[in-house]
Amino acid sequence: MTEPLLDVTGLTAEFVHRGETIPALNGIGFTVAAGEAVGFVGESGCGKSVMARAIMRLAPEGSSVRLGGAVRFQGTDLMALSEARMRDIRGSRIAMVFQDPMTSLNPVMTIGAQMADMIRRHTGFSARQARARVLELLDDVGIRDPQRRIDDHPHQFSGGMRQRVLIAIAVSCEPDLLIADEPTTALDVTVQAQILRLLMRLRERHGMALMLISHDFGVIAGMVERVNVMLGGEIVETGAVEQIFAAPAHAYTRALLDAVPRLDAEGRQA
Amino acid sequence: MSGDAALLRVRDLAVSFPPRGGHPAVRAVQDVSFELAAGQTLGLVGESGSGKTTTGRAILQLQPTTGGSVELLGRDLTAMRRGEVRAMRRHMQFVLQNPHSSLNPRMTVNRILTEPLAVHRPIPRAEFADRVAALLEMVGLDPSVRHRYPHEFSGGQRQRIVIARALAVNPAFVVCDEPVSALDVRTQAQIVELLRSLQDRLGLSYLFIAHDLAIVRRVAHRVAVMYGGRIVELGAAAQVYGSPAHPYTRALLDAVPVPDVASQRRKLRQDVPAPLFPPDRDPRQPCTFGEVHASTGTSHWHQVGCGHHVSCRFWPTE
Repeated sequence: MTEPLLDVTGLTAEFVHRGETIPALNGIGFTVAAGEAVGFVGESGCGKSVMARAIMRLAPEGSSVRLGGAVRFQGTDLMALSEARMRDIRGSRIAMVFQDPMTSLNPVMTIGAQMADMIRRHTGFSARQARARVLELLDDVGIRDPQRRIDDHPHQFSGGMRQRVLIAIAVSCEPDLLIADEPTTALDVTVQAQILRLLMRLRERHGMALMLISHDFGVIAGMVERVNVMLGGEIVETGAVEQIFAAPAHAYTRALLDAVPRLDAEGRQA
Repeated sequence: MSGDAALLRVRDLAVSFPPRGGHPAVRAVQDVSFELAAGQTLGLVGESGSGKTTTGRAILQLQPTTGGSVELLGRDLTAMRRGEVRAMRRHMQFVLQNPHSSLNPRMTVNRILTEPLAVHRPIPRAEFADRVAALLEMVGLDPSVRHRYPHEFSGGQRQRIVIARALAVNPAFVVCDEPVSALDVRTQAQIVELLRSLQDRLGLSYLFIAHDLAIVRRVAHRVAVMYGGRIVELGAAAQVYGSPAHPYTRALLDAVPVPDVASQRRKLRQDVPAPLFPPDRDPRQPCTFGEVHASTGTSHWHQVGCGHHVSCRFWPTE
């Protein structure tokens, strides 16, 4: 059997606040194979976002976090890496897309400058080469007329367009793993559908693995092969996506699925 | 729906935002008309910027209107002086999206629920304490929580307090603007159930504004779909969901992710280009239903079923 792309074992995270420790992850273990798409579902506070950041060794803002356990990525334990080597991996081998596309972009830099910066940090590209690559990427994520938009600032883009830009940045170095944390939660449904299609297309084209974190079973359903259900900092159920939806084993998974509102539900009579 | 039973009648409602900083005036809401019967829910769906929140605020007179009328309990709110509108507020209340920011963190639950009673005086002061206890029980909270502060509650519990506050003065009509979108799915389901049971018990009418079409399916008797500041489709929930007539309604419904692996995979495989919904066509040309509105002078509303109407505006040209 070949080694998985990502092998997480006994991952723990504790917030340290005023001398108190608050556990956020209680020993999480899972694997992601190369090119595989894995979903993580759970309610707010279940630890799914902390988990995503822990893998990247990023602490949530303004907090102090103690991590434990092992995160093996392509055979290397990320927990044991120096910060400098971790920086090389972040963005180039593992990239991340967050929920809020406004706060993740620098408001005073043009979209083109931010993207070019990122590309040049991870490649030996000249400014001119980087700009050409930026145009290619913007076109790739479905931004119309990239020549005209490249020198615009983030506030000149709609929420959906900003998320496309962030996805373009995330895939610019053709990472092996993309972690998408609620990437469509702040967006309208029609825009959400376009972003999900975009993620799927990019994943297939680049053979990139995807960790898709969402509270929405509908978002997860068509996108992933396997699902991990999280509750209280633990994975309480894991399985093939078809099996989780058709025959959830854990009572919590069933409760979550039952609560999903359905379009075809029996409605009220006017 | 019989016209006589209407609790709320909105006619040709319009809201414009004046020009500002070089930006031209924005017509946020135009030609919005509907009726809401007592004890019923109208779901108002649409995407961000469609004008649904502005519509709710304009109905409650929290937003100046630039045209049209809003009749509640037979009285036109748009023709009233401010003092009269204030007196009407005990009949119309609202529940907003964010239960964190809509409750004053320095007030106890008791003060939060007493305040509307003190303003509107629907009952004598001596009965306030009993009323607060009754309100808390009504929304499924223990009356003993009255001395606590908002931060001591979960998001779902806070939204229950917001609902209790809205119901304190015994209103007939409540605007619920995205009342569950900040909550987890299980909590959403509980709050939606609570709103439904309160409606049945108290005969409340709701204008339920939400971007989540699946949630609206659970609560609405009738549904209005907004796009570009106008209602483009209006009908019974079963009609709008079962046989959507406007292409925008169809696009919205198609885009909703469904918790079904096979059909969701199939949907994501179809590469549908983002549809464009152009503004008005030339009224001298036949509309999508073959009517030349410039010569007939008829409205853009077309009946497609009993009580089911669709606008011929914003149809993509083939």
